[in-house]
Amino acid sequence: MADSIQMRVSRFRPETDSQPHFQEYDVPLRKEWTVLDGLNHVKNEVDTTLSFRWSCRMGICGSCGMSIDGEPKLTCGTFLSDYEPGPVTIEPLANFPVIRDLVVDLSDFMAKLPRVKPWIIRPEDHSHVEPDVEYLQTPVQLDVYRQFSMCINCMLCYAACPVYGLDPDFIGPAAIALAERYDLDSRDHGKGERLDVLTAHDGVWACTFVGECTKVCPKHVDPASAIQRYKLKSALQTVKAFLLPRGAR
Amino acid sequence: MTPSGDEMTDMRLYRPRVSTWWWTRKRSYFVFVMRELSSVFIAWFVVYLLLFVYAVGQSEAAYRRFLGWASAPWVVGLNVVALVFVLLHTVTWFSLTPQAMDVRLDGRRVPGFHIIAGQYTGLLVVSLFVLWLVTQ
Repeated sequence: MADSIQMRVSRFRPETDSQPHFQEYDVPLRKEWTVLDGLNHVKNEVDTTLSFRWSCRMGICGSCGMSIDGEPKLTCGTFLSDYEPGPVTIEPLANFPVIRDLVVDLSDFMAKLPRVKPWIIRPEDHSHVEPDVEYLQTPVQLDVYRQFSMCINCMLCYAACPVYGLDPDFIGPAAIALAERYDLDSRDHGKGERLDVLTAHDGVWACTFVGECTKVCPKHVDPASAIQRYKLKSALQTVKAFLLPRGAR
Repeated sequence: MTPSGDEMTDMRLYRPRVSTWWWTRKRSYFVFVMRELSSVFIAWFVVYLLLFVYAVGQSEAAYRRFLGWASAPWVVGLNVVALVFVLLHTVTWFSLTPQAMDVRLDGRRVPGFHIIAGQYTGLLVVSLFVLWLVTQ
């Protein structure tokens, strides 16, 4: 194993730059070092002006997603030694506006997320529910939605999705996967409300099933599956509305 | 409405543009675009089949004219290309089906390869039936 590896890091300083450019840094190559460790080495020892987001270093917080050699990945879970002999190219997540260096603007997702109502909606009025009421669930009921509840909002799926890149109005993989997570929850009664949002023109039908969101997901959420299942649900709903009398739907 | 990043702090953002050739950048994107393109060839096979059935329904002379046209080199060439795309269409969509269908038996999810195997079995059964039908 070589002693060091070169990192080509995308730099963008809004005060002076009209577009990003690359800057090269040589960092020590150690077996246990991730790309994030390399970036932190640069920040601490070489160039303090470099900006990037990170927090937990263990694939839970979802804040260190970047494009590594063109692939959206969590930098804390990607080892430098896998890119030997280098150089390894680090860019901000694709499809998002860049604020500075490797930091992207996520306001678009923050505005979209509440539109799918990712919380449990109960039929009764919440103001009259006792605070210690438990809504029980069996392990089988939990298993139905568990996979979709693993999302950490790391945005790798949005960076991998060409539909989102071409049509930023598309509500996107993670938001739809979270909608599915609550739809499949046995305690939830909000299916109808979410269906109205997701069957709009910027909802599930904008997806062409490229499937990249699922491939890049570090938590195996499978957003592509959530979207296709939603399409099936919405299509069945339309057929039912057409064929069945009002009361039977 | 939540204000966007620009409004909140008056930031100057760099907005990357998606290249027209984005689908050539990665193998999986290319396969996706080819899968989408394959639907054109599916449509062509449907038209071809309709023309064939129509010719058979007309007369024996019409049927022979159809065979003459169908054996022209450009039609054969087009059909070979169409066949390749139809195979791509079949294989890719069969392999994607388990993602769209959540089949559960006794509360347990049926593994994806069972669903895929079911589709290939169905394809085989229908193909054998068609073969039996035309060789009668």
